[in-house]
Amino acid sequence: MSLFGFLRRPKTASSAETAKERLQILLAHERQDRSGPEYLPLLQKDILAAVKKYVQVANDKVQIKLQRGAEVSTLEIDIELAAPPPVGLAPLPRHRSLLPRAT
Amino acid sequence: MAKIIVITSGKGGVGKTTTTAALGAGLAMRGKKTVVIDFDVGLRNLDMIMGCERRVVFDFINVIQGDARLNQALIKDRRLENLSILPTSQTRDKDALTHQGVEKVLEELRNDFDYVICDSPAGIERGAHLAMYYADEAVVVTNPEVSSVRDSDRVLGLLSSKTRRAEKGEDAVKAHLLLTRYDPARVAKGDMMKVEDVLEILSIPLLGIIPESPTVLKASNLGSPVVFDEQSNAGRAYGDSVSRLMGEQIEMRALGPDRRGLFQRLRWRTA
Repeated sequence: MSLFGFLRRPKTASSAETAKERLQILLAHERQDRSGPEYLPLLQKDILAAVKKYVQVANDKVQIKLQRGAEVSTLEIDIELAAPPPVGLAPLPRHRSLLPRAT
Repeated sequence: MAKIIVITSGKGGVGKTTTTAALGAGLAMRGKKTVVIDFDVGLRNLDMIMGCERRVVFDFINVIQGDARLNQALIKDRRLENLSILPTSQTRDKDALTHQGVEKVLEELRNDFDYVICDSPAGIERGAHLAMYYADEAVVVTNPEVSSVRDSDRVLGLLSSKTRRAEKGEDAVKAHLLLTRYDPARVAKGDMMKVEDVLEILSIPLLGIIPESPTVLKASNLGSPVVFDEQSNAGRAYGDSVSRLMGEQIEMRALGPDRRGLFQRLRWRTA
């Protein structure tokens, strides 16, 4: 580095700043995971297995959140499907294929 | 009625036993009847740090199993008459600890002392669980380093869910952060997380900042709790933490490492 290189040195994050950011992201996830009941990870696994029987989904594309309120609690299941097949092939409406067919 | 305080961290090697010895001795120096208990069954070490390893006859496990009375196992410190040590077993394993046994011993100690300080083993298994279960307050010992902060966060989760207070729906265990091995010079260079960073992440009140210091190793070499060394920055920082633990308001100061005089510091700057 030249003698006055420090004057022009682009500002990069210090390792301590990186450590803080990594921790904030990681702990946000870990806190959410342990805030729910113990069966939640198992439920997530079962749902993932059930969905996989019909459509391709990546393991990390199923998110389950349990929110407890005073009156109502909600179980939110968020499944992100891959992009729809290209136009030309008759596309099925998303999610519809999971429903049992009326006979 | 004593206050039961657990010294915990999740991660090993961050300074739990050093802190137990220092806070215990510091409370006794201020006239509080204090007992320190080693919960690290099988890896007994508090006795060494307290300097009474050759006086252990009976231990915590002997008392739990009814082989000795509590009075026979308690070791009275030779420097401070208010201070006692309850060592643990070096030969047994953690299964020797039972909820019932621990509760009985703690209840007995609660009547005779002002402070009961429980030195938790590392990890989150049985020994650590029992050390925190009956606590009223917790000192979470943390180094300004990613794995230690992550483990402390996990331990804070356990303190708010897996303790007697949590299970009975009583007031939560009051947790304090004790930041140890802090090096202001490395913080200034951006190589170590700042106190504020760790506080922002863990969001619990700060009990004290203990500087990284050669005095700490020297104190364990001698079996003399570091708080006795009132000339050292580490000793003073522990002293401040003891006062805060007793509820005093003391200004927070991030002291530098010991044994670096003005001359050495100047040389350090220009190096």
